Amino acid sequence: MSFTILGTGSALPAKTVTNDDMAKLVETSDEWIRTRTGIRERHVITDESVTEITFTAAQRALEMSGVSPQELDYIICPTVGGDWISPSLACMIQERLGATCPAVDVNAACSGFLYGLDYADGIFARKRAKYVLVAAAEGLSRLLNWKDRSTCVLFGDGAGAAVLGEGDSLRYLHLTAKGSLALHVPHAPGESPFETNEQPPHGLVMDGREIYRFAVSTITAELRRASEETGIPFEKVDHVLLHQANQRIMDAASKKLHLPPEKVPSSIARTANTSAASVPILLDQEARLGHLHRGDILMLCAFGAGLTSGTAVLEWTRD
Amino acid sequence: MANSETLARLEKIISEYKDDLEPGTLTPETTFESLDFDSLDIVDMMMACEDEFGVEIPEDAQLKTVQDLLNLIDKTEE
Repeated sequence: MSFTILGTGSALPAKTVTNDDMAKLVETSDEWIRTRTGIRERHVITDESVTEITFTAAQRALEMSGVSPQELDYIICPTVGGDWISPSLACMIQERLGATCPAVDVNAACSGFLYGLDYADGIFARKRAKYVLVAAAEGLSRLLNWKDRSTCVLFGDGAGAAVLGEGDSLRYLHLTAKGSLALHVPHAPGESPFETNEQPPHGLVMDGREIYRFAVSTITAELRRASEETGIPFEKVDHVLLHQANQRIMDAASKKLHLPPEKVPSSIARTANTSAASVPILLDQEARLGHLHRGDILMLCAFGAGLTSGTAVLEWTRD
Repeated sequence: MANSETLARLEKIISEYKDDLEPGTLTPETTFESLDFDSLDIVDMMMACEDEFGVEIPEDAQLKTVQDLLNLIDKTEE
């Protein structure tokens, strides 16, 4: 026994920052950002908290699923960091929802939602749960180097959630990891009087070329593997939901796999890269637009810092 | 492998990214800048060359002209 997705939800902070707004902060332009990434705007946290946007996304997912917070048996929050290093974001969400179940964060960067689904799969397999909430969220705007024009334009904040119930929708799930600092976020500096390690400067650092290459080759290899292992050819796949890092990555991988653009939806123009939250935000977008139908086959694939990746094949069971 | 044959195969790869590339116009001296390639186009092309020629092109390869790429392909194919 594994799971089926009963409901999805998402939430973005209120403030929108356009590419023109970004051009006032660093030397860039709308044209430069759009042609290289497909991004037009991103949402960033102002006076909200990561906990609040995650709570809203979770509430929306619970509402769609018809499951009450008290019925949840586990809460998993994929994130590189909520509002606190400790307690976890998941514990904050548990408290806000009024749930009483165990709660834990999972950090697999942009692949976090897929890692979260894998852990949920294990919890269902051990018959420890009837309902699990996987609520992914990021406040990456807090972790960026806002003077680095090559990275600060790429990311946004947001949350995406899914309520899972017992079922057999999951056909395949495969995770990878390969330790590397090609994309990394340094820890906040501490104040230990004893530590002599050099403190790295604040802010996310990325080797764009290496990550681009990793992303395109990972998507193509992992989706081919998923198709082979499940025996489902790409023609029979209805929707391919890719981590929203860069439209160019999605286009290059789609071209290699001969996937028609209508099967590869995108939300990057309005969200930018929301790390772990990107796949569930896109999933919720597609569900609420009425694009997903009962029996549709979905392939999800995410990749990111770690370097990690996660790929899943599942059947959509909502009308 | 003769340079002209490699060049022809390379032109075929590049024409997949640039629809307006006239056949036979690519020369070893052609710069990627003149083809309007940005940094991601170059990575795409490097990956396509790896598939086409079965070679490994280093991550940090500095490619300005078609000849730079031809050198790398020939070097790793030997």
